[in-house]
Amino acid sequence: MKYLGIEPVKPKIAIFDFTSCQGCELQLVNKEETLADFLNAVEIVRFREASSSYSDDYDIALIEGSVSRNDEVKRLEKIRKTAKVVVAFGSCACFGGVNQLKNAFDLKAANKEVYGNDPKETINVRPVKDIIAVDIEIPGCPVSKAEIESLICHVVWDSPFQPPVYPVCVECKQRFTTCLFEKGQMCLGPITRAGCNAPCPAGGQGCWGCRGPAVEPNYTSFFSVVKEKGFSDVELKERLNFFGAFQEVNVS
Amino acid sequence: MKINLNVDVHHLTRIEGHGNIKIKVKDGEVTEARWDTVETPRFFEVMLKDKHYTSAGMLAARICGICSISHSLCSIRATENAFKVTIPETAAKLRLLAKHGETLQSHVLHVLFLAAPDFFNEPSVIPLIKKKPAVVAIAIRLKGLANRLCDAVAGRTTHPVAFQVGGVTLVPQKRHLLGFRDELKRSLDDLRIVADLISTIKLPDFVRETEFVSLRGEKEYPFIGGSLISSDGVNHAEQDYLPMTNEYVDKNNTSKWSKLSRESYAVGALARFNNNAQLLHPDAAEIAAALGLKPVCHNPFMNNVAQLVECFHVVHESIRLIDELVESGMGETMAQVTPKAGEGVGAVEAPRGILFHHYKYDKTGRILKANCVVPTTQNNANIHHDMKSLVKKFALTGEMTDEKLELLCSMLVRSYDPCLSCSVH
Repeated sequence: MKYLGIEPVKPKIAIFDFTSCQGCELQLVNKEETLADFLNAVEIVRFREASSSYSDDYDIALIEGSVSRNDEVKRLEKIRKTAKVVVAFGSCACFGGVNQLKNAFDLKAANKEVYGNDPKETINVRPVKDIIAVDIEIPGCPVSKAEIESLICHVVWDSPFQPPVYPVCVECKQRFTTCLFEKGQMCLGPITRAGCNAPCPAGGQGCWGCRGPAVEPNYTSFFSVVKEKGFSDVELKERLNFFGAFQEVNVS
Repeated sequence: MKINLNVDVHHLTRIEGHGNIKIKVKDGEVTEARWDTVETPRFFEVMLKDKHYTSAGMLAARICGICSISHSLCSIRATENAFKVTIPETAAKLRLLAKHGETLQSHVLHVLFLAAPDFFNEPSVIPLIKKKPAVVAIAIRLKGLANRLCDAVAGRTTHPVAFQVGGVTLVPQKRHLLGFRDELKRSLDDLRIVADLISTIKLPDFVRETEFVSLRGEKEYPFIGGSLISSDGVNHAEQDYLPMTNEYVDKNNTSKWSKLSRESYAVGALARFNNNAQLLHPDAAEIAAALGLKPVCHNPFMNNVAQLVECFHVVHESIRLIDELVESGMGETMAQVTPKAGEGVGAVEAPRGILFHHYKYDKTGRILKANCVVPTTQNNANIHHDMKSLVKKFALTGEMTDEKLELLCSMLVRSYDPCLSCSVH
């Protein structure tokens, strides 16, 4: 695949999965209209979910999932030593995702409830950046394949990679989606980073903030709107905590 | 000559999640043959506690990245049964249409992207892009159609957004549905080419008699709700799933194991087919016959074929549903929902087999207790026992090598299309 007559160097990419549903990895083989080009633009040297061949010689590590057991800490440390660029992709890798909801419970009691008298090893859920240095984060539950493609263009051709700084509201306006607050629902769209093309509000569900905060969100104004519309602090906190993406804010 | 074999697969490839195969044959005797799931537990049953019914389905969807539509629908059904809500007919049809899209997407992904490389001696689908371009083009086209259908009906193919307790919140436009109808019609030609290809592939000749558990169809091949059946003659109502599934903890596995009348049982496309073959669309039944699939089939490798047969069925059924939706008009899609204290069970046939969600609610609509019994959780013990039997049959023939045995056992596990993060949840 030449660009301006020049054959680009294909980056060697390895894909790793940690504690997750592996739905973000699945996105790598979705968006079928550009799938063949995508697979041709990179050299995938390791992708356990899709391929039996593997190598430890890679430039970019794409990491899905959060950390919830000690062996995962060691695996991550090894990856960091090998990879030139570490990308955390998906809300689990970036913030802990829904997995971190477990941290609100006593782990011993949780283990007892699920496994009875044969507990399995587990630790509090942590995002990848709590264990190793992360160079690029692509949040989302699941991630948007278009953003992964944009990342690939960035590493192949050095085109700029900048996820939107504006909130989800902008994308709802672009799609002519009626504001969910107008329909009596809560929505984190005003404070959440866009880039997903706002599928949840378009599908009738308010945003739950899986992509984390937009740049400089106006929390004060947003919280007052939420209160004005009659939503409780409990509802707001529950929503902000759902993907673990808004730990920077305190709802008083 | 004494036969000695050693297979040690750490994190098997081309399956969802993390599992290990260990086989040791010493002096002609099988000393070890194990299939173990080592995926990290996420404790979804604990995380669902205290959740409000409006977010439970969304959380439950995150159990699985491939069959999130099934988890979402199963979770919502459990809640609707607890609150005694009946959803409007249009909503039920739209949910089933999305469900069919998911089945097509998941089966195509498994048969053509994950299992097929074994049939062509390749490590993945990537070398096949050059080696078998026509087949890969079909695989991509079919998967793309299925994902776009789910996007249109469920709002998003992975982690759907349009399903809520009481109905659906998204109504696709008629012209979009009619566009999908044309594409679905054309996809049958693609599926026939895939069936011709599969008919040329020789699957391992292996049979181990087991029990098959699924929903029991009344008038239609079953996907959402209904009574439960096993091929050994056990029948239960949907809410009485516990005496059907009998989960227990195995010390080597983070996934629980299940059993019913025997040491293990199987769920999935082959189980659905074995228990409901007479309800398949005639075209799908014809394909099954042409590919040599007859109930009750006890060769686990034939699950690949059963999945392909189901692809034909769900495409025909999707066309029928679209015709009905377009003809009848959409009408109401949400029922009134009033939370109440009580319990409800939902059973749904996910692509990999029967799935149960069971919630106990307080009167404000928050979950007090949750239980999820997942398809691969029910299959894991059966895979383990199949593997023991497979090794005994093939490992002692004198022509077996470590590499060949590893491939054969890996193909066995892949035939079940296991979803291990799901199975541990």
